[in-house]
Amino acid sequence: MTESDSAAEQHRQAEGAPSRRAVLGWGGAGFALGAAAAGGAVAAFGPGSDMVPSASTGAAVPFHGEHQAGIATAVQDRLHFAAFDVKTKDRAELIKLLKEWTAAARLMTAGLPVGEGGFGGLPEAPPDDTGEALGLKASRLTLTIGFGPGLFAKDRFGLEGKRPEALIDLELFPGDNLDAARSGGDLCVQACADDPQVAVHAIRQLARIGFGRTAMRWSQLGFGKTSSTTPDEQTPRNMMGFKDGTRNISGTDKAALDKHVWVGAGDGSDWLTGGSYLVARRIRMNIETWDRTPLQEQEDIFGRDKGEGAPVGKSKERDEPFLKAMKPEAHVRLAHPDTNNGATILRRGYSFTDGTDGLGRLDAGLFFLAYQRDIRKGFVPIQRNLAKSDVLNEYIQHVGSAVFAVPPGVRDKDDWWGRTLFA
Amino acid sequence: MRPARLTVIAAATVAAALTAVTGCSQKSEAGGDDAIKVAASDSACDVSKTEFPSGKVQIDVENKGSKVTEVYVLFPDARIVTERENIGPGTKASITAEIKAGDYEIVCKPGMKGDGISQKVKATGKGGGEKRSPEMDTAVAAYRAYVVAQAEETLPKAQAFADAVKAGDVEGAKKLYAASRIGWERTEPVAESFGDIDPKVDVREDGLEAGQDLEKDWTGWHRLEKALWADNKIGDREKQLADTLIADLTDWQKKVGQAEITPTSIANGAKELLDEVATGKVTGEEERYSHTDLVDFKANVEGAQKAYELLKPIASKNDPELVKQLDTQFAALTVLLDKYRADKASYEFTSYDKVGEAERKELSDGVNALAEPLSKLAAAVTK
Repeated sequence: MTESDSAAEQHRQAEGAPSRRAVLGWGGAGFALGAAAAGGAVAAFGPGSDMVPSASTGAAVPFHGEHQAGIATAVQDRLHFAAFDVKTKDRAELIKLLKEWTAAARLMTAGLPVGEGGFGGLPEAPPDDTGEALGLKASRLTLTIGFGPGLFAKDRFGLEGKRPEALIDLELFPGDNLDAARSGGDLCVQACADDPQVAVHAIRQLARIGFGRTAMRWSQLGFGKTSSTTPDEQTPRNMMGFKDGTRNISGTDKAALDKHVWVGAGDGSDWLTGGSYLVARRIRMNIETWDRTPLQEQEDIFGRDKGEGAPVGKSKERDEPFLKAMKPEAHVRLAHPDTNNGATILRRGYSFTDGTDGLGRLDAGLFFLAYQRDIRKGFVPIQRNLAKSDVLNEYIQHVGSAVFAVPPGVRDKDDWWGRTLFA
Repeated sequence: MRPARLTVIAAATVAAALTAVTGCSQKSEAGGDDAIKVAASDSACDVSKTEFPSGKVQIDVENKGSKVTEVYVLFPDARIVTERENIGPGTKASITAEIKAGDYEIVCKPGMKGDGISQKVKATGKGGGEKRSPEMDTAVAAYRAYVVAQAEETLPKAQAFADAVKAGDVEGAKKLYAASRIGWERTEPVAESFGDIDPKVDVREDGLEAGQDLEKDWTGWHRLEKALWADNKIGDREKQLADTLIADLTDWQKKVGQAEITPTSIANGAKELLDEVATGKVTGEEERYSHTDLVDFKANVEGAQKAYELLKPIASKNDPELVKQLDTQFAALTVLLDKYRADKASYEFTSYDKVGEAERKELSDGVNALAEPLSKLAAAVTK
């Protein structure tokens, strides 16, 4: 629930990519196409480039690249986010799992089933792939892995010396009501796709491959992206009915990404260069009381009007906000980089609705995902500011929290998630 | 128990029932001089010929011993081709069966107990039976023996439980309840393959079908469990049901040797035992009144492990990686379960209502960790 600055750049859209069915039909050739993109094509087509496949094509987002896909990639419509506990105590087993996950992710993001597929194998044995995504397009599926603080614990995998300083344990912010069963995790995988079935399928396969070595700790489904990393798209609305994330960092703004999102070579943890840090927060909204709040109050709380999304005193959504015109405790004002010494994060949050709580209230809100170069300079100062005085706090509560170090991209077909960490 | 589902085993059982022409004791026209003569005594089982033409075969048995005996014709995997029980001392009996070409054993069981005395025989000619590797037959025969032994061991324990119920001894019956289920839980996929027995002995209150009457039609362990723990009393109906339980379990014990068992059905049966744990025990649904879920849990895992160990020689050749994984996960789950009993030799487990949410999650993770690779065992055996 924060604003970020951006620079609007035009982007081209990828032309129609093959559907899963077509890729299957080509046999090995379909995958070779994906693998080819890993090499020279990545620079021109990978995340961070100006080539962003649009939602309607069902295209495949290249898996290989300098950075992991799913961060600067144009935000897809749906999310399945999963946090895992690592159960194995064996470093070699963990490495093996990460390699298996990488291989499966490479296939699934190309629109292909894992292993020997979803049917046609031995009738006495369950198929390798659960099959619910057969015949569906790649749907811009991205799979993004993160490593939680627990992985670096002493006497665990010999990684204690590699924990980045910027991967901090978050302080408890005022108003936090965190549920341990929805917080933390040694590993996370963010699956984003334009088709929810494709995203759910991907997490399900990885969970299955992981059984025995990992156990799912918690997971979250998301819909209705609440921010955009493509500035020329309509800014989506959150569950409170407000446009949110107008000034997010654009996935095409290389300078801003380098400055605020990607971990740089001199930042202190070489293995993480080209990676990022992720903060995930499950933010429950008190939907019912919000809906009884007068319009003027709602607009004052956000600092924008509800219809156009224009900042107070301005007429267009993308007009430069004049912060002093807003109430001192307006959400946009408090979240703005100018109020936070320039602190800026890349947001990829999604709305969620997990049915109804026992009191008949909609269990809904924002599943907040923020990527940044340093959590201490990104999320923390902004959230301190918000938690202290944001008037929105009356209507929201943070109920889940996790932080992860997000490694750099998988370079090619021989590379795997976490190689630099375990090297 | 789970709502009935047609397992590999169940499907195969139907086929077996159709093909096995067994146990008829009338004089057959196939007999005469072609008949195989079996001279049974308390210490011998002499067969007049060990090779005979396939087709309709008559076996004439004479019990010259002092004990009542029974005679079986078995496939190499110990499946019963035909059998005749209760052949009294000094009496004769004839058995006829349709026997395809292949290797068999004729077994006499003086006293109708134990492994008996066996003699290898061969049916020659056309129409051979399905060929399986000897190691597969060994695994199947050993698993069949295990299943039979479990049923045999269960009956006296169930009888003790039933006796306590019939004596109106609520506390005594409570103590004997969980133990009486262990053999059943260890071999449940095979037990369930006899579609008519499982709904009689192991159905839960919510497992009754539409139109069934809770008072009249709900029988078996869980009905008594509810009486003992929820109602805390034993009435005439419960005493009656104790007898019914024994009758149904006796029926199971009689049938279990005839179950159609294959290497893949053993493997998938092991996986199904873990499914039982995952859906019924980890949630606490199975033993909702007695909270003895961890006893069932342990028995399910033991049964799965037995099945796995028997198939391990085959799986090790085809998929050593999987075997390594299964060894690790069986060991891990055993350690996890041992946390809930003070004495590793006893089946006194923590009451499941005392097991917290986080601990249940840990148990569930342990089950998933084992069940997922276990689902690949059938493929490793079939390769």
